[in-house]
Amino acid sequence: MMGTREYRYKTSHSLPGPGDGGRTGSWRVQRPVINTELCTPCKRGAEACFICWLYCPDCVISRTVPPVIDYEYCKGCAICAEECPTKAITMVDETDSHEGDEASSARADEAAPPSACADEGPRPCT
Amino acid sequence: MHIIENGNVAAALGVKLAGAQVIAAYPITPQTPLTEKLAEFIEAGEMRAQYIPVESEHSALAACIAASSTGARAFTATSANGLLYMHEQIHWAAGARLPIVMCVVNRAVGAPWCIWNDHQDSISQRDTGWIQMYACDHQQIIDGVLKAFALAEATSIPVMLCYDGYLLSHTYMPFEVPDEGKVGRFLKPFKPPYALDPANPANLNTVTLPDVRMDVLGEMAHGYMEIRYLLQEDLRAALSVGQEIEDEFASIFGRGGNALVEPYRCDDADYVVVGMGSLTYQLRDVVEALRDEGHKIGVLGIRLYRPFPDQAVAEALGAVRGVFVIEKALSYGYEGALCSDLKAALYEHLVKGGGNGGPAEDGRDRGQPAFVKGLVAGIGGRDIRTLDLTDALRAGMAATAGGGAKGAPAEERPDWIGIKL
Repeated sequence: MMGTREYRYKTSHSLPGPGDGGRTGSWRVQRPVINTELCTPCKRGAEACFICWLYCPDCVISRTVPPVIDYEYCKGCAICAEECPTKAITMVDETDSHEGDEASSARADEAAPPSACADEGPRPCT
Repeated sequence: MHIIENGNVAAALGVKLAGAQVIAAYPITPQTPLTEKLAEFIEAGEMRAQYIPVESEHSALAACIAASSTGARAFTATSANGLLYMHEQIHWAAGARLPIVMCVVNRAVGAPWCIWNDHQDSISQRDTGWIQMYACDHQQIIDGVLKAFALAEATSIPVMLCYDGYLLSHTYMPFEVPDEGKVGRFLKPFKPPYALDPANPANLNTVTLPDVRMDVLGEMAHGYMEIRYLLQEDLRAALSVGQEIEDEFASIFGRGGNALVEPYRCDDADYVVVGMGSLTYQLRDVVEALRDEGHKIGVLGIRLYRPFPDQAVAEALGAVRGVFVIEKALSYGYEGALCSDLKAALYEHLVKGGGNGGPAEDGRDRGQPAFVKGLVAGIGGRDIRTLDLTDALRAGMAATAGGGAKGAPAEERPDWIGIKL
């Protein structure tokens, strides 16, 4: 499906998945923080919505309840915050975000809980 | 089938025979009749391909890059400023290792605007990582398109087939149209090493780090530098792949022979004049005239310019007294690019390599490289008169005759044949 390894490495072909461009979490200026009181799957306690998971260009949001963001690789592009239909995701300045957000999201340098993506290995974001 | 047609039609027939599946092109003189012909073939149902009309040459090549990424055989064609407008995508196609074929119908580049022939457009693309072939007549155009697809697909490197605007594109000449059955034996269906597949998404040529990296499969993937190194390695290897394809073509169709250089009366020559494209066939008349005067002179046509056939060039010129390189292009601020390439090849193989072992059995010295004189002609379509070529070469040979066996010519900068200042 990817062609031969030989050909793949003559070009820059890779599978979609977190980390293909290195640890891009350090690029981030603002981090997305999920408000579980507004997030649809959290409110329903069931698999639902997952628009953030669908739109994340780096596959760093898990398809779980609650959705977990892998800050090791999240570049802070804010597409999830833009797309979230219930405005449950807020972009918080990295300079401010270390004070009160540990409860809701893990610090990048402490490694976020492995996302569902990482658990299952790379797979297409269908 | 033997027909009389113009060079653009020869190219279009070649593309049709090659079974190109996607054609994206933007019209520009003198390439226009080629793409019009392809559009006609498709409209008439003679060719099963998709023609993508685009708003620019940049888009034309971008469409071909996308088509080739899906595993389609893709073709485009352009000239002059259209080629330059593609430039960014030209580099991309090579780095992405897509076997696209493009005909470059050689034309001068602006400013000032000039629609007539020279080689500045394609020579300016020599460092993009594409293979460049130069055709001398209509037979080499139609055969060349087929060989270009074979070479591109064998090496995963895109190929430019260059031929002279007007001099070939708009003149009528008899040539043989390859038999469809034989083409099927020569050019196998395109089996891409990778084809875009929505069911199995992949990242193609995204930001690639300076160093190697662990990919998501946990395998060490190349960095940018390794990927570019492999392009260079494969381009150098394309010299022998190109010759193998030429041999295969010759065994099926009974014509062709040397994919790299085309020597004419070089065997006993003291002087050889080197060029590319239709000029090298015109030079055969010049050589015949000078031979009648007693000069031992031959012509060496460069058929494959990138990768540069340095070894073949050095072998062909190792025993001659002097080399004249006539070019329709310049690396402005120095000299013609071919002239520099050729001198580098002679230095590499004859000076650094210690020569070819001194005087050979026939008494001709192979231990020292020839002098090389660059000449510029036909810029912007200036008529290259056979008489002017004859005079320039006769004068060039006379200037070196008294200066010892390998005396350097007095004037080092290229002479401009036919300049009226």
